[in-house]
Amino acid sequence: MNIGRIGVIFRRELASYFATPIASVFLVIFLLLSGAFTFYLGGFFLRGQADLLPFFDFHPWLYVVLIPALAMRLWAEERKSGTIELLLTMPVTMGEAVIGKFLAAWCFTGLALILTFPMWVTVNILGEPDNGVILAGYVGSWLMAGGFLAIGSCMSALTKSQVIAFVVSAVVCLAFILSGFPLILDFFSGWTPHMILSIISSFSFLTHFQSISKGVLDLRDLVYFVSLIVFWLFATAILIDMKKAE
Amino acid sequence: MGRMVEIQGLRKEFGPIVAVDGVSFSVAQGEVLGFLGPNGAGKSTTMKMVTGFLTPTAGTVKICGYDIQEDPLEAKARLGYLPEGAPAYQDMTPAAFLKFVGEIRGFRGAELDRRIDETVAKVHLGSVMDQTIETLSKGFKRRVGLAQAILHDPPVLIMDEPTDGLDPNQKHEVRSLIKAMARDKAIILSTHILEEVHAVCTRAMIIAKGKVITDGTPGELERQSPLHNAVTLALTGVNPQDIHAALGMVPGAGKVEDLGHEGDLWRFRVYPAHGQSIVTEVSRCIRDHGWDVVELYVEHGHLDEVFRMLTEPRQALT
Repeated sequence: MNIGRIGVIFRRELASYFATPIASVFLVIFLLLSGAFTFYLGGFFLRGQADLLPFFDFHPWLYVVLIPALAMRLWAEERKSGTIELLLTMPVTMGEAVIGKFLAAWCFTGLALILTFPMWVTVNILGEPDNGVILAGYVGSWLMAGGFLAIGSCMSALTKSQVIAFVVSAVVCLAFILSGFPLILDFFSGWTPHMILSIISSFSFLTHFQSISKGVLDLRDLVYFVSLIVFWLFATAILIDMKKAE
Repeated sequence: MGRMVEIQGLRKEFGPIVAVDGVSFSVAQGEVLGFLGPNGAGKSTTMKMVTGFLTPTAGTVKICGYDIQEDPLEAKARLGYLPEGAPAYQDMTPAAFLKFVGEIRGFRGAELDRRIDETVAKVHLGSVMDQTIETLSKGFKRRVGLAQAILHDPPVLIMDEPTDGLDPNQKHEVRSLIKAMARDKAIILSTHILEEVHAVCTRAMIIAKGKVITDGTPGELERQSPLHNAVTLALTGVNPQDIHAALGMVPGAGKVEDLGHEGDLWRFRVYPAHGQSIVTEVSRCIRDHGWDVVELYVEHGHLDEVFRMLTEPRQALT
């Protein structure tokens, strides 16, 4: 694993967001929607509390739509345009390519999160929030975005079609959010042992994210998101290797 | 340097289909190997395995002594590759794209700038360096592809249909470039265009159904043509039956073909019995009979005829 080459791939990928309208469209939509959700659906003012919980609460749902849209092009486009053949016949390893591209997308979502700073400024003007909790919320949200992106990266490696990549990764991401909910659990309960059921529900993004966004940066939640990312990136590399002949 | 590309028993299966079936060859420095074959013969698949993009089902590929599977980074560092259709990141400019390729290959700073400048001058890209690649013409896109392949001055250069879709001037330009680089590299290129083999290749290999059918210099391939060394002549004012009979008696001559006539100008073609040169014998025959010959020329084998004969035996020439 060569950090220099990861950096080169990372920079090219990140620059490609800004060379096309993707960056501006994504950032504007993300900021608009996260603002709208916070103030209208989240009742930011009505709650009368100086925190950003209504802001963070909507992130998982926002990500279900927006992150697959960001991730869908990661590999599908490389395969469609044939540049994957160029990239993988250069002296780079599969791991460097997968990580470089993922990190670019992840940093881009980080940038989108940073640009929500007016929210943080507002809440600090209006009251005296616990900024530690808010920071934890940002960290948790960014980790969750990474998890979604890793899933999206893997689904993007599955197909040449960005549309299919988008739809499939949105569904898989939704399943990961809802895995603690009856919708998913009812499907498994009755015929799977209780232990498996609790494992499935422990996979839920929501439970892990909510505990972080309440300000509890538990090591278990960190490990959960990091291992999730590692797992899906690993799967990405294997899928690309399997499917590159097509 | 000797053999820079060594390929042993290369095989690729896609499910039940055998795309490449036991291909072995090697390429030395200074050689330009032309890969010929019908569409779907396994040319591109072979190239994709040689460059390390596809993993072979069996067999080994060595680039400058480095196994592409065991030691991919070392092998790929010595390899320049122009994939079919010259793919590139369409939203980048050639300047940014070549910088990216150079950095991936480990060049930085002044060294990187120097290499980009040299390469851009070689392939004449200077005028479009700051337009996005998607807005460029086919010829310029191909040059961008070539530029990324030769940026690191690789000892081994592999090109999948480098002149496909270019106009005659651009083809000529790309071929001149290949010839100029050929001396200190080992080059493999695939093509459909048989004249290209003559123009740039020192060696030609015909592949069909995943197997190497023939391997030799373009001249050697031509010699496999039944037309090779045949003598075609046109003459006037004589009885065609007599000529036909007299030509059949020429020492070393095989079949005599009547090519028809325009007015009293008759055309014949005399095939050699064993591919040897028979022009001396034919001209002696003409002199002895005192014929008025209007045209006389020796045929060279046509590569495309050999190609058809070898790749579609059922439709071979009679």
